[in-house]
Amino acid sequence: MAVQPQTNQTVATGTEYIVRCKDVVKEYMMGTQVVRALNGVTLDIVRGEYLSIMGPSGSGKSTLFNMIGGLDKPTSGSVFINDVDMAQLDAQELAFLRCRTIGYIFQTFNLIPVMTALENVMLPMIFGGLSTDEAIDRGIELLKLVGLGERLHHKPSELSGGQQQRVAIARALANNPQIILADEPTGNLDLRTGKEIIELLRQLNKEQGVTIISATHDLKMIDVSDRIVWIRDGRIDRVEERSAIEVHVGEVEGTPG
Amino acid sequence: MKKAGGRDVGRLQLPFRVAFHISMQSVRIRFWRSVITAAGTVLGIAFLVSVLTAMMIQQNSGAITDPSEKYRMTWLVIMSLLVCLVGITNAMLMSVTERYKEIGTMKCLGAYDIFIVELFFIESALVGFIASVIGWFLGVFAVVLIKLFSEGFKVFSWISPGEVFLYLIYSILIGTLLSVIATIIPAQVAARMPAAAALRVEV
Ligand SMILES: Nc1ncnc2c1ncn2[C@@H]1O[C@H](COP(=O)(O)OP(=O)(O)OP(=O)(O)O)[C@@H](O)[C@H]1O
Ligand SMILES: [Mg+2]
Repeated sequence: MAVQPQTNQTVATGTEYIVRCKDVVKEYMMGTQVVRALNGVTLDIVRGEYLSIMGPSGSGKSTLFNMIGGLDKPTSGSVFINDVDMAQLDAQELAFLRCRTIGYIFQTFNLIPVMTALENVMLPMIFGGLSTDEAIDRGIELLKLVGLGERLHHKPSELSGGQQQRVAIARALANNPQIILADEPTGNLDLRTGKEIIELLRQLNKEQGVTIISATHDLKMIDVSDRIVWIRDGRIDRVEERSAIEVHVGEVEGTPG
Repeated sequence: MKKAGGRDVGRLQLPFRVAFHISMQSVRIRFWRSVITAAGTVLGIAFLVSVLTAMMIQQNSGAITDPSEKYRMTWLVIMSLLVCLVGITNAMLMSVTERYKEIGTMKCLGAYDIFIVELFFIESALVGFIASVIGWFLGVFAVVLIKLFSEGFKVFSWISPGEVFLYLIYSILIGTLLSVIATIIPAQVAARMPAAAALRVEV
């Protein structure tokens, strides 16, 4: 099945969209006050695309990340991943989804400080039931892929920010996820390192066909994104498409439908 | 390729060997935090062992012991162990709040609540074990030193090595158990930490 870019998002065969948000509202209680972080977000994300979510601070990017990633539940509305309503999942199914279907990348890298780079990458595979030997082999392969083949046994504290983020990317890829969700992946990196990380994400998106959803303020992301969703005050302000989208979506061919 | 979505109800796992390794590294790398947690057990066990050793020496020296003294000491030891329990719980709770991001991240990688509980229990058992051995040594050492000053070298003939060794076994059993019991509440708190805590910037 060849996935053609849909400029208007009305045609839905069901499998074409990997993530669908419908009227997602999220409210937080701050004491007695209600803060509406998301105010009715409807967004369909195409399998294999590189989507950036942009917006000013406090606009609800991280909140949307939590909703899509199954880290928190919407106050109302629903989020579907591969046509499964996340509200229907119990704790174990959610954990399984987080382990196998989604890879997470954070602004603060979030490596487990007591584990080496390789052990960090191995952890999701161990959770997923791989044997230690298999996990070591794949872990080394992934760390090589992100350019850290030489630093397998370093602790996070012995790595630079850019290197830590590379380990985090390798870890996010551990179980061959369909989606990589990133929250400000370049937020704590300098300009050049940030650019390298963006390029790496783009390369993984092209070569492995993994859908990338990234919340960011970083304008460097615009160049590589297939679509940019601008949000403001918890609502989608506008969606921009890149005309060069065809080149890359064609490579998602062969993804089972 | 598997048809994904959450409906794929596979079970995730954390083998004991891996959990043990992570907990061990955690104790080692967060050394000073571990010392604070261990302090409670060390003191409690040192007090217990010092009381036991003092009573043994007194008995072997042929001095007459007042039976009510024994009850008073038992009471004191129990109270001190309870105080230590609260101390360990407190130190562990602090440790949990410090690690909110790490716990949230583990959950993002697929950890079940029970994995988190397991990690904290193994960690506290390890700390409890090491602390008990240290506490035992300090307890015996302190009493022998004091008696040495007051009674001279004859104290050594009043020490039964078999009994002192038995105290080590008691210490390890009680100290490790104490440490694990003290971690029940902190481990619960940790397990309830939401996965979204991984994104939180401050506590
Ligand atoms: N756990 C929470 N409790 C209460 N309010 C929250 C919580 N999380 C987010 N908010 C509020 O929701 C709104 C959106 O926050 P969010 O973190 O999603 O913004 P953001 O776009 O990611 O901002 P930034 O670019 O600064 O990361 C803000 O007003 C924030 O104060
Ligand atoms: Mg944010």
